[in-house]
Amino acid sequence: MEAIGQQLIIGLTNGMVFALIALGYSLVYGILELINFAHGDLFMLAAFIALAVLGALGGTAPGSGLAAALWIGLLIVVASVFGGTVNVAVDRLVYRPLRNAPKLAPLVSAIGVSFIFQNIGLFLGGLPLDVFAGGTSAAAPKAFPELLSNENLLGEDSAFRITPRHAVVFASSLAVLILLYILVRHTRLGKAMRAVAQNPLAARLMGIDADRVIAATFFIGGALAGFAAVIYALYVNTVDWRMGYQNGLYAFTAAVLGGIGNVGGAVVGGIVLGLVRAASDHWIGAQWQPAVIFGMLILILVFRPSGLLGTGGREKV
Amino acid sequence: MRPPVPSSLVLLAVAAATLLGACGGCGEDQAAQGDPRTVKIVSSLPRTGSANAQTTTMVNGIRMAIEERGAKVGDFNVVYEDWDDASARKGDWDPEVEAANADRAAKNPDILFYIGTYNSGAAKISMPILNRAGLAMISPANTYPGLTKPGLGEPNEPGVYRPSGKVNYFRVVPADDIQGRVGAVWAKKMGMKSAYVLDDRGLYGKGIADVFAVTAEEIGLKVHGHEGVDPKAQEYRSVLTKIKELDPDLVYYGGTTQTNAAQIAKDMVAVGLRAKLMLPDGCFEQALIQAAGPQNLNDRTFVTFGGAPPEKLVGKGAEFVQRYREKYGAQPEAYAVYGYVAAAACLDALARAGKKDREAVRQALAATKQTDGALGAWEFDANGDTTLATMSGNTVRNGQFEFVGLLSGTE
Repeated sequence: MEAIGQQLIIGLTNGMVFALIALGYSLVYGILELINFAHGDLFMLAAFIALAVLGALGGTAPGSGLAAALWIGLLIVVASVFGGTVNVAVDRLVYRPLRNAPKLAPLVSAIGVSFIFQNIGLFLGGLPLDVFAGGTSAAAPKAFPELLSNENLLGEDSAFRITPRHAVVFASSLAVLILLYILVRHTRLGKAMRAVAQNPLAARLMGIDADRVIAATFFIGGALAGFAAVIYALYVNTVDWRMGYQNGLYAFTAAVLGGIGNVGGAVVGGIVLGLVRAASDHWIGAQWQPAVIFGMLILILVFRPSGLLGTGGREKV
Repeated sequence: MRPPVPSSLVLLAVAAATLLGACGGCGEDQAAQGDPRTVKIVSSLPRTGSANAQTTTMVNGIRMAIEERGAKVGDFNVVYEDWDDASARKGDWDPEVEAANADRAAKNPDILFYIGTYNSGAAKISMPILNRAGLAMISPANTYPGLTKPGLGEPNEPGVYRPSGKVNYFRVVPADDIQGRVGAVWAKKMGMKSAYVLDDRGLYGKGIADVFAVTAEEIGLKVHGHEGVDPKAQEYRSVLTKIKELDPDLVYYGGTTQTNAAQIAKDMVAVGLRAKLMLPDGCFEQALIQAAGPQNLNDRTFVTFGGAPPEKLVGKGAEFVQRYREKYGAQPEAYAVYGYVAAAACLDALARAGKKDREAVRQALAATKQTDGALGAWEFDANGDTTLATMSGNTVRNGQFEFVGLLSGTE
């Protein structure tokens, strides 16, 4: 019973991170029907930037609660702005010239961008900063300073373990997801995004600047990746140039699971994936984790080809 | 259609390649060849790239062994050549270069001993070539068990490396499987009662973890479970939470820093697991401490390492370290003494064989029995493995590895 509870906490926390990354895939897919394979690696780059900023400004020792909170706030702002800006730049330089090309062209370009990002990550890891262990081993995983305490909020003797890390990851992710929902559902920009997603041509005819809306979508997706990177680094405490690959793959799976192009679907997909992952590790065995997750994906797609919340129609975003 | 490349150009390229290939190193071989009193020893080690510090110290050890005997064994003059099996292109050992080295050695009748390789992967390439040539090969550094031990590697190992059926490959370092055994015995000696075994599903990690688990059961250390984890996973909290319920004294992870050992260390602390962590020598590097953060390793991590560190060698070994320091002005790296011992074993074998004949020296080398060498008393078993099983145990204290003591595989 305790185990179920504990795995539930782990699954939900991981699921939130997957959901944040999945949203980046889903938003862009919803508008352009492009699977932005570089998204996972953008997430990785943002984590490197956060660590570099933290190291360069000397914030490696967590201070009191307030100091740590200020650091985390700063990192979230830096990483989100970085993620958003880079994502917009990539769209402008790589995807936009290919807007009218066959669908495969931007897809392959996205894979290319993903490799470029990985190499930039490797380069950053080799910078002679203390937080990168002096840059002696660019490819080695880097420790992210433990800004959040690992003490059990329920007391060290309690069978359950809820630490400030769990609480911060869960609460801040939830807040961001709610904000995003409000943005997409109840603002002019959100309305324009939905319009472009439904019918780009008609949206243009109605006077919507589709390119600006697309740029805004890329910014929001990238900023979410930046936010997720900081949250992830605070929770897992590791930054590694390869972390974009697997997190990206799982998040993409979560997006498909929930119904790609659907905001609620990405969140549901992320949480389901996090929970299944935890349950599989606990009751089936860690070596079966990828098999269980992708097996579940196949099963769901066989019975619901458009994903858990997908409607199969044009209603996206 | 694109015009084909002019055929004259192709011819030119082929001619150039042939010329270069034919003369790449053959001149020197032929110059010395044919003198019945000259015996050659070559080493094939990665001299270009990141392994250079270790291989330089091994080559120094080899040179010391030969110089100490005045480069003479009986009537034979011993000539040593230091070959590189790495390429600048790869910055690491290169399969093509290793294969070329082995071919070149096999064809030169003056060469009676091939010291190498550093990387187990490289040995897989040169072993069958040298085996067909009946040339004795001795490695100061290969630790992959499958090279010599049936049942510990792939099903076709080690037979695939011995096409002639004879054992021509020997190693003076203990193989990885010994580490699993030594680790289990060490855990029991420290008073631990139970363990949970994880591995990275790789050749190295799983091999060691399997031996750890088997040995642990044998000596009465309870193994709660053994499973492989994804070495690229982002974190391991779910599986470690499951382990926490079983409350073992130790978690053994068969893996390396590159296969996420540091993340396991971090997540053990994060889920509040009280067990200690034991790791094999693939984690015995500063990068582990940097990746995990010292606070997650201090006083709760144990790392085994094949062989004893130079400063802990005794008797002849300590004398070797002393002489090495005098000659080269630096502390030898861990593998130096193995280079020294490998070369010394070759010279002894030549002395006992007493003739310049590959088969005779191979047999003499196989019969090596040291009673008081730089590594103590040992001999080669039927597989060509050293009977040495001394390892060192290390722990992490104040963010640094600290030597705890010498370990053996027996209780």
